[in-house]
Amino acid sequence: MRQKSTPWIVVLLAALVAARALASQPAAKPAAPPEKKKEILYEARPPPFSDGIFPCMECHKDQKDPTRRELGFHDEQQAVFDHDAEHRWCLDCHDLQNRDVLRLASGATVPFTESYRLCGQCHGDKYRDWRAGVHGRRVGMWDGAKTYLLCVSCHNPHSPSFKGVKEITVDGKLTVAPTLEKIKPEPRPARPEEMRGWKRPAEAGR
Amino acid sequence: MTSRKALNVIQDGGADPLGAEPMNPSRRAFLRTAAAGAAVSALAGCGVDVGEFLRSHFKELSRDELAKVLAKVERRNKERFGKDTKVTAEGPRPGVEFGYGLDISRCVGCRRCVYACVKENNQSREQPQIHWIRVLEMEKDHGVDLAHSELYYDADTVPRPGKFYFPVQCQQCRNPPCVKACPTQATWKEQDGIVVIDYDWCIGCRCCMSACPYGARHMNWAEPKLPAAELNPVQHYLGNRPRPKGVVEKCTFCIQRTRNGRYPACVEVCPVGARKFGNLLDPESEIRRVMETKRVFVFKEELATHPQFYYFYAT
Amino acid sequence: MSGVFEFLKGCVRQVVSGGKAYKAWVAFLLATILVGALAYAEQARGGLIVTNMRDEVSWAFYIGNFTFLVGVAAAAVLLVIPAYVYQWKPIKEVVVLGELLAISALVMCLLFILVDMGRPERFLHIMPFVGTPNFPRSLLTWDALVLNSYLLVNVVLVSYLMFKTYRGQSYDKRIFLPLVLLSIPVSLSTHTVTAFLYNGMAARPYWNASILAPRFIASAFCSGPAVMIILFQVLRKAFKFPIQNEAIWKIAELMSYAMFVNLFLLGAELFKEYYSATEHLLYTQYLWTGIGEHRTLVPYAWFALFCSVVAFVLFLIPWTRRNFATLNLGCLLIWAGVYIEKGMGLIIPGMTPDTLGQIYEYKPTLVEWGVAAGVFGVGFLVFTLLVKIAVPILVGTFRAEGAAASAEAPDARVAAH
Repeated sequence: MRQKSTPWIVVLLAALVAARALASQPAAKPAAPPEKKKEILYEARPPPFSDGIFPCMECHKDQKDPTRRELGFHDEQQAVFDHDAEHRWCLDCHDLQNRDVLRLASGATVPFTESYRLCGQCHGDKYRDWRAGVHGRRVGMWDGAKTYLLCVSCHNPHSPSFKGVKEITVDGKLTVAPTLEKIKPEPRPARPEEMRGWKRPAEAGR
Repeated sequence: MTSRKALNVIQDGGADPLGAEPMNPSRRAFLRTAAAGAAVSALAGCGVDVGEFLRSHFKELSRDELAKVLAKVERRNKERFGKDTKVTAEGPRPGVEFGYGLDISRCVGCRRCVYACVKENNQSREQPQIHWIRVLEMEKDHGVDLAHSELYYDADTVPRPGKFYFPVQCQQCRNPPCVKACPTQATWKEQDGIVVIDYDWCIGCRCCMSACPYGARHMNWAEPKLPAAELNPVQHYLGNRPRPKGVVEKCTFCIQRTRNGRYPACVEVCPVGARKFGNLLDPESEIRRVMETKRVFVFKEELATHPQFYYFYAT
Repeated sequence: MSGVFEFLKGCVRQVVSGGKAYKAWVAFLLATILVGALAYAEQARGGLIVTNMRDEVSWAFYIGNFTFLVGVAAAAVLLVIPAYVYQWKPIKEVVVLGELLAISALVMCLLFILVDMGRPERFLHIMPFVGTPNFPRSLLTWDALVLNSYLLVNVVLVSYLMFKTYRGQSYDKRIFLPLVLLSIPVSLSTHTVTAFLYNGMAARPYWNASILAPRFIASAFCSGPAVMIILFQVLRKAFKFPIQNEAIWKIAELMSYAMFVNLFLLGAELFKEYYSATEHLLYTQYLWTGIGEHRTLVPYAWFALFCSVVAFVLFLIPWTRRNFATLNLGCLLIWAGVYIEKGMGLIIPGMTPDTLGQIYEYKPTLVEWGVAAGVFGVGFLVFTLLVKIAVPILVGTFRAEGAAASAEAPDARVAAH
């Protein structure tokens, strides 16, 4: 072990000076990353729309008024709306012409399954973090295929500050949807004082 | 990256400031067999497993001996839980050094990780209850201050106003005080950075528990209570296989999962995505991204344990 | 070597014969051992959960007793040093009793470690050659090494001396003196290494103070001789064992110096903790004033300090030092003071609050008291039996047939010088 470790540190110091991190590794420990598995990213199922709400165009076919106003409908969204409410309203994100897609600032449209592109326009730092896996939850392999969640899996776009999430099934697959209620924590751990009830195996009925 | 690698990395009983290293265990294999012979007959009478008594240290087991040991663990599992289990001893991968990141600005203190860990790693459920992850509730006024932290917080919802949350588990130190303190080499640091315990070698002296600054090591004060229905059958010899009474256990970054490329259970369950995991030697890994784009800190850095577990504030 | 067999037979005869008081004492000790055995059986069956140790306070009463007894064992050196290095005659007569005390204390130390282990049947894993001791990195392997070496040195030394005296021969200086000289550093190192066991743990700021080893030595030099002083008076009465007042007073004088150093070091530590008042103060605070409603140790801490100060004053003033009533009172106070200070007063605050700042107030369970009583029973029994054999040899009433049954037997040893 010693024979191994000593040249290892020497080489490391040399590498430090040469600023060549992984180019010259000792034979003792091949520290260069092995051929990486192809990283495959799977998108999680997005949380479902409210029942019967999609496609939106069924109702919105003839509504083409672009002026900002109090709506006489979508009370459920207006009641909770808290996404820079002073400056934002529906048509900043929803497309006037085609309500079944979302609209970027550029005027280009994106489907609901790529809503993160819309979020990323303003929340650039979060978007970058999320793409790199620094923001948000992922499930799967640290060195391979993994499933990522969408922004809207955890953040309600109409009231985006994180409150809580619940597990739901979409198309037979487990995924996550945001809630407006905060999370209830799991039970507290037992205090050491409470761990005294040792019983003989016979009494405990093992 | 170079500067990070230049840390005084302790690889598996290698050089440390004391400048000495434990003797090579393999030299002792023969001696033990010879010397233990006399004691065996006595112990066999007391119901002590003779094979276990004569067994060699994990690191000196040959391939065949290891296979036998693993088969025996599976057999014991079957006797104890009536279930078939798969116990492996998958070794570290070359070129992999695990790193863990925990985003303090995200954690809400919901304790999902605590119980996911218990389930995945076959901890004793009660009497003693063993939790490898301990979530501390801290006061924003005080910052990371243990004297003002609360482990046993009860709340209807989290996060609570004025509080933040600081989960602690094994920090997989590069300079692990527990490994130094262990009198029998029953615990050691593997090449990929995971500090493991051989539950069949631990004598239960608890020196490691006194030495650990993170409260990360836990004793099986009694026979662990683990319902057979809840047994996780996918097991690693140095990880989540059921433990006997009287030995110490700890977080292994879910060795049975991560050695096979999977995320640890706590990473996957975290509802706020506060937990990040990956290979420190891979510049593209999530953990390296964390270290390069965020500012990380380690817990109790003044003790120079050089954890492979980093805390960070993403915002 | 038939003499050895005769000697052993004689030893057995010595042990089984005795007066009513002796037999009652042995019966009492056997009873405590039985209590200990029953308590330990309970612990073996249920696991250490029958104690009140938990992850938060993972070493407690057993290890506290262990630490105190290491001090008692190490203190034999206090008697050995002046006797052999300075050739101060009166003490030399009684050194062998100090060594017997060390042997008994070491037996108790090893037993306390054994009962504290979660898997005692795996003891081989720590043994050199057959196990995989983490030597030299783990301090516990050092502790096992020095404790066993010290035990071995004392056993060899005492057996050799007793056997030679029994045969009416004088001992061989070439064997005897090197062993005695060896026992001095080994004795000091037992206590130093035990202190280092705690001292080396950076995770526990209360222990991680370099003053710990000197404090250990200083307090050991108080507690060990306190036992001896009382014992000498018992032996003088019971066996007409020739111990001069002068010897006892000399030991008491040495003890008062040790007590001063002990109190001074305590003061130095308290000053540093309270004046700098860092987060590390918490542990000291837990011992002396409590933290919030957590005050279990506070009365004990102050009682221990009271005992130590009163004992110091009693030993410092020549009049009270030479008065056997106040002297014995002082010895009891020292014993109580050091027992608290070096036992629970050292171990528990080291772990309260725990490394994550949580407070668990530890108190030993009945099982722990029972097991500890059993271990003390074994130790006292070993000591009683050893003294029962050794004293008649020293006073010349237990001799090999044909050996010169000279009356001035204790001088047989001295004659070699």
